[in-house]
Amino acid sequence: MLPTLVGVAVITFVVMRLVPGDIVALRYAGSSVPQDVIDKERAILGLDKPMWAQFVDWMGQLARFDFGQSLWTGHKVIDEVWTRLPLSLELAVIATAFAVSFAIPLGVLAAVKQDSWVDYGIRVFSVGGLAMPSFWIGIMLVLGTITFFGWAPPLVFTPFTEDPVANLSQMLLPAISVGYRYSAVSMRMTRSTVLEVLREDYVRTARAKGLRESLVVMRHALRNALLPVVTVVSLEFAFLIGGLVVTEQVFNLNGIGKLLVDAVAHRDYPLIQALVLLLSGVFVLVNFAVDMIYMVLDPRIRYS
Amino acid sequence: MTAAGRRATIDGDAEALARRRFFESTGRKRFQRFWGEFFRRRPLGAFGLVLMLVMIFAAVFADRIAPYDPTALSFKDLLAPPSPAHLFGTDNFGRDVFSRLLYGARTALLVGFTASVVGCTVGLVLGIIGAYVGGKTDQLIQRLMDVLLSFPLIVIAIAVVAALGTGEDKIGNVIAAITVPIIPRVSRVVRSSALAVVQMPYIEATRSVGTRATRIMFRHVAPNVFAPYLIMMTAFLGQAILLEASLSFLGLGVFEPTPSWGLMLRGAGMQFLERAPWLAIAPGIAISMAVFGFNLFGDSLRDALDPRLRTA
Repeated sequence: MLPTLVGVAVITFVVMRLVPGDIVALRYAGSSVPQDVIDKERAILGLDKPMWAQFVDWMGQLARFDFGQSLWTGHKVIDEVWTRLPLSLELAVIATAFAVSFAIPLGVLAAVKQDSWVDYGIRVFSVGGLAMPSFWIGIMLVLGTITFFGWAPPLVFTPFTEDPVANLSQMLLPAISVGYRYSAVSMRMTRSTVLEVLREDYVRTARAKGLRESLVVMRHALRNALLPVVTVVSLEFAFLIGGLVVTEQVFNLNGIGKLLVDAVAHRDYPLIQALVLLLSGVFVLVNFAVDMIYMVLDPRIRYS
Repeated sequence: MTAAGRRATIDGDAEALARRRFFESTGRKRFQRFWGEFFRRRPLGAFGLVLMLVMIFAAVFADRIAPYDPTALSFKDLLAPPSPAHLFGTDNFGRDVFSRLLYGARTALLVGFTASVVGCTVGLVLGIIGAYVGGKTDQLIQRLMDVLLSFPLIVIAIAVVAALGTGEDKIGNVIAAITVPIIPRVSRVVRSSALAVVQMPYIEATRSVGTRATRIMFRHVAPNVFAPYLIMMTAFLGQAILLEASLSFLGLGVFEPTPSWGLMLRGAGMQFLERAPWLAIAPGIAISMAVFGFNLFGDSLRDALDPRLRTA
């Protein structure tokens, strides 16, 4: 776990500094500022030190849980992230809930009725979810609510603690537009694993001893088919936290994705590094949680 | 046994039979039989193929089909609604949306094809090397791929675009940005298939007669992992088109005046959403149909070639 994070940290650190242009150069791009001013600015930000020295500094800060300050805004990195995290987390949770509640029942239905019109319908629906860009679904949803209800999503974000109803109504459309694609992915996974499991001997045995079909599917097949689905759903959840750049743009949401893109554009090294660590940290944690869920779902799996 | 269960078994037998017949036949006969089976048994895949061909046709003959020059401005019909003269209306510069869609297909296909072919091929090479050479080399490749995999696709693409820069005639950078995140995903799947191939007696036999490692890897291992490679190529073609649209939508992809579906959604599509909804609807449908076609075809190809492979 730790080696992966260290690897990610080192690679991000090095790669971002190899990318041409730093924050000072970008800030003064196009203007004729004398070189010594630029050099002085670099010295203030600590960008004039050799790369290894910068890395040692950063590691020292990290050991004290100090993520430094954003070079662009001057605010503490931790505050910058902290104000955006609730929004991204909330969106990820709602989208996941939405996706799973569609994906699993429909995926099972498609598998049970394989090659029937129900199956084709569900598959077209899910391939459609993969084909439509989620930002376009978002635009269409906005267009729909404007045309039919005369309601456009507000431009200012309301936190959940301030006004839960306003907050949820604002999150609903982005969650649907992301969740549709997400549910399509999990639906396909559910379908194919359930199909595989339905051909297993123990399913035949369950049928042979006269169990009702619903019991065979729900208890014997689904539970065994769920492992890969859990993996897909949780990895997708981890991606949602930082990967919603485009959807955030459509709905004017100021989330982690937008923060990361802006940070890359500004070459805001401390912010990029902190965000990348956060995202890969979430990724590692989710992977860990998946292993735990595996043990609950499948008692044969034991980790030493 | 229930009806569904019985059908599953019969279907399974029929598929196994069909597959055996396929592997026992050779040459042109095998080719014909494969596509005959494909069209008969996989109507969705055939439909996907048709959509794909329509898109390729539109892209290749865009200059013949398009009723207008896609970049020609016409200030007397700004934001004209769809009419017989302008099938999908015009945008805020009076440019014909239908013509721009046709030329947009060119951009999408150029970016999509190049990115997925290059990305999948690099992934194939890395995957085979990892599986065949093993040891430290394999570990190094794997760790590198793990790091790349732990970021969302779009975030890597944005980082690459930021590193290489964007601009009017820098479509190569956009392609590179889309290629990079494809590589780890392909190399992983190829590696796991290649690991099984490497264990095969015929590989050992080749090695024992002293064939060079590169020759074994690319003459003996590669053809045997060609099915997942091909399948991923069609799957990532769709993904690449989506990614190009997303990047252009963010303003990090293709630049004006090059017609691109994502770019059409970005500016006018959002700005005139209420006044001219066709500006937002038409490019989205084009993207969806294209990706839909590639995905359907790729899915059915996977089912036909290698039913054991699972991609979500």
